[in-house]
Amino acid sequence: MSEHRVGIVAYGSYIPSTRLPLAMIHGSRVKEGGPEKAVAGYDEDSITMAVAAAADCLHGLDRRTVDGVYFATTTSPFREKQAAAFIAKALDLRSDIATNDFSGTLRAGAGALLAAVHAVKAEPDRQILVIAADARLAAPRSSIESNLGDAAAAFLVASGAVLASVRDSFSHADELYDVWRADHDTYLHTWEERFNVTHGYEDNLKAACRGLFDKTGTEAGHYSRVVLGGPDGKSLAQTAKKLGFSRERLQDALFGKVGNCGAAFTPLLLVAALEVAQPGDTLLAAFYGDGAEVMAIDVLASSFTPQHSIAWYLARGKALRSYDSYLKSRHLDAGEHDRRGGEGVPATIHYRERDTDISFLAQRCTQCGTMHFPACRVCYGCYAKDQFESVRLSDKQGRVMSYSFDYFFPTPEPPVIVGMCEVENGTRVYVQMTDASTDLLRCDLPVEFVFRKIHDAGNKPNYFWKSRPLDATHDETGTEAAA
Amino acid sequence: MTDGIRDKVAIVGVGCCKFGENWHQGPEDMIVEAAYEAYADAGLENPQQQVDAVVCGSVYPSRGTAEVAESLKLFERPVSLVQNYCATGTDAFRYGVALVAAGMHDTVLVVGYDKPKDRGVSGPSIHMNTARGLPMTPAGWFSLCCARYFETYGAGREDLARIAVKNHHNGTLAPKSMLKKEITVEEVMNARMISWPFTLYDCAAQSDGAAAAIITRASLAKNFRDDPVYVKGVSIALSANPQSDPTFDFLSWKPTVAAANDVYKQAGIANPAKEIHLAQVHDCFTMTELLTYEDLGFIAKGSAREHIASGTFELGGELPVNTDGGLKTFGHPTGATGVRMIYENVLQLQGRAGPRQVRGATMALSHNLGGAPQTCGLAILGIE
Repeated sequence: MSEHRVGIVAYGSYIPSTRLPLAMIHGSRVKEGGPEKAVAGYDEDSITMAVAAAADCLHGLDRRTVDGVYFATTTSPFREKQAAAFIAKALDLRSDIATNDFSGTLRAGAGALLAAVHAVKAEPDRQILVIAADARLAAPRSSIESNLGDAAAAFLVASGAVLASVRDSFSHADELYDVWRADHDTYLHTWEERFNVTHGYEDNLKAACRGLFDKTGTEAGHYSRVVLGGPDGKSLAQTAKKLGFSRERLQDALFGKVGNCGAAFTPLLLVAALEVAQPGDTLLAAFYGDGAEVMAIDVLASSFTPQHSIAWYLARGKALRSYDSYLKSRHLDAGEHDRRGGEGVPATIHYRERDTDISFLAQRCTQCGTMHFPACRVCYGCYAKDQFESVRLSDKQGRVMSYSFDYFFPTPEPPVIVGMCEVENGTRVYVQMTDASTDLLRCDLPVEFVFRKIHDAGNKPNYFWKSRPLDATHDETGTEAAA
Repeated sequence: MTDGIRDKVAIVGVGCCKFGENWHQGPEDMIVEAAYEAYADAGLENPQQQVDAVVCGSVYPSRGTAEVAESLKLFERPVSLVQNYCATGTDAFRYGVALVAAGMHDTVLVVGYDKPKDRGVSGPSIHMNTARGLPMTPAGWFSLCCARYFETYGAGREDLARIAVKNHHNGTLAPKSMLKKEITVEEVMNARMISWPFTLYDCAAQSDGAAAAIITRASLAKNFRDDPVYVKGVSIALSANPQSDPTFDFLSWKPTVAAANDVYKQAGIANPAKEIHLAQVHDCFTMTELLTYEDLGFIAKGSAREHIASGTFELGGELPVNTDGGLKTFGHPTGATGVRMIYENVLQLQGRAGPRQVRGATMALSHNLGGAPQTCGLAILGIE
């Protein structure tokens, strides 16, 4: 029986550029280069970060070849409404695909990745996009808040000439209250730290690793790189040591730069490991939470370069002006006028306009070539009626034609930058700009487009696209320019 | 080829209430004040007998045509409502002019009014019923040309500030204006930023107000007044939304250019800078006035900053613009503004503008620009 090599053929990641210096949380003096966490911006959530990581992963690939989206998170904006289908729409994928959410546990990324591997093993012509993203919320100024971070990672799983083959795995399920969030809870709950580390983390990792080692006839030293997340840096180091993994082989968990990013944690570190792995390396990827799942991954090729490297994302950090900005971005500031109420965008309008708003499709007149956005029935250029074909804008670049700064639109750190952009194919779009400061703006500034949350009116997220400067440079220490 | 309406319709009376935050006045109070001043101006002693039809202009009416009919007790005759964003007042006037020129009615009352202050809004509204196209504020839409225009022609915020200073000064000379306050360029530059590059002083405020005009056939005009003012042309033009127009260049507003083309043809004007002696233009924001100097063909494209510096458009200059202080000092009750401009032009042409009088003026233009902006209304009045 020939072995189908099934594994990862492309990958991508996303780390938000907003940084919260840990010293800022408790009002201490923020030192340049000090520890910080990556936090989803006011216009980001698990869905927007997932779209960003997936867009990186799919860069240059034909999106029509994606047959499924498996999305792992503990922080979907919806309790009922599938995030994976939303992500698929934003990525402009086919609709005849299998979309699934894997939720409710820190090891959801393992579940999604293994399910994709098994699906492709069963039908080797398929390609499944696996994405993990999380933006977990701890009570403000609680002890766990400093350890958490927000991020996303994506993998395209297929068979054949894979970069890395997911060769073996072992799953161990457990049930305990080390960390949880019940249906009505806003914030994470955790029990006492040593209990969580001993029984939630250590015990379960030991069981899963033992299981994999026994199954595959390997030991800790067999693995050239160990990709492992943990509740915090110290417990991660101590547990890794107890498991027999040497410090040099442990993938940097990015505490002090990103933080424990939940279901995206091991996936993000796996991307980091793949970026530098060489053919012949064997990775151990361990996902903990409600037990643990571990995988043995054989690196077969190093020919892939991600659209943006993790180093690129890490270098783009910009610190919030204050902890209050962070609270405002999570709607936790009691003094802020809550604009989430009201009807919001009518569902029927959202329905009719989702190709425009969510998939960011322009319309090209097939008679004269004039580009139209938003969609319309009669051509601006030649007046032909209903002679249009859709063109995806989300993966293209553009330039700023003109701009303004709005000081009234609700945002934690005014102003909102907004302006006209011309996409490289001639389409005109009126969009806000994100991850930018006003001093960067000039006419003809090159931009790319990102999927973001515009507001929460109607008590649900309302998404559209924004521009982002292509050459955005931020002070590498993450400190802000003078206001 | 149509005959057009040039010199077929005359204005024989105008009225205007004091514009402002008229908390103490409902729509009826302002409509009555403006209309009855116009009646007196036209010598109409029995308006309920003498007014044949009414055209209202309002963007936020609370009860539409009924509101005006009830206020003025004008029943058993046509009352129509016209709505066209900020060009509402001019378009209502245009509708009335067409009725008179067509010979449908002899005496038509045009009333423009709005009471936005009842909405409880003093700054830009925050819209959340869409995800695309936000922020959705007039300041945002009208500021869209600034960055590109500044970079192309070397203009800047100071040029805009001078326009605000000019209009504030003119407003101190207009009894019906809301703001009577001289300001300086420094005050404009240092005021609170609204939508870059507009600070608070680059923006016209929301206000309540009403203005009215009585129009009739030119051949009947002298029955009312010895000094009627004749309508030379009225135009409306809609252009593509700048936010989706594939050919928009961010250096001028297309609706103004298109409407100007039409109205100059109607009025037989070949050289607007010479033949028009004063103009009321839509200074909802300072940049709108700046672009309008060029879009109306008063000056060459890109030359606004030189003319602003040399005072071409000041009260004592070659072509005074916004002689009563404009939207800047009157505020902008949307439906009333176009008719308020006609009120000012009529007073100027009849030599009744007091300390802000432009000497020897025989031809005046009024201009509105509204929506994204997509719609422009222009009216040219003359006494010869």
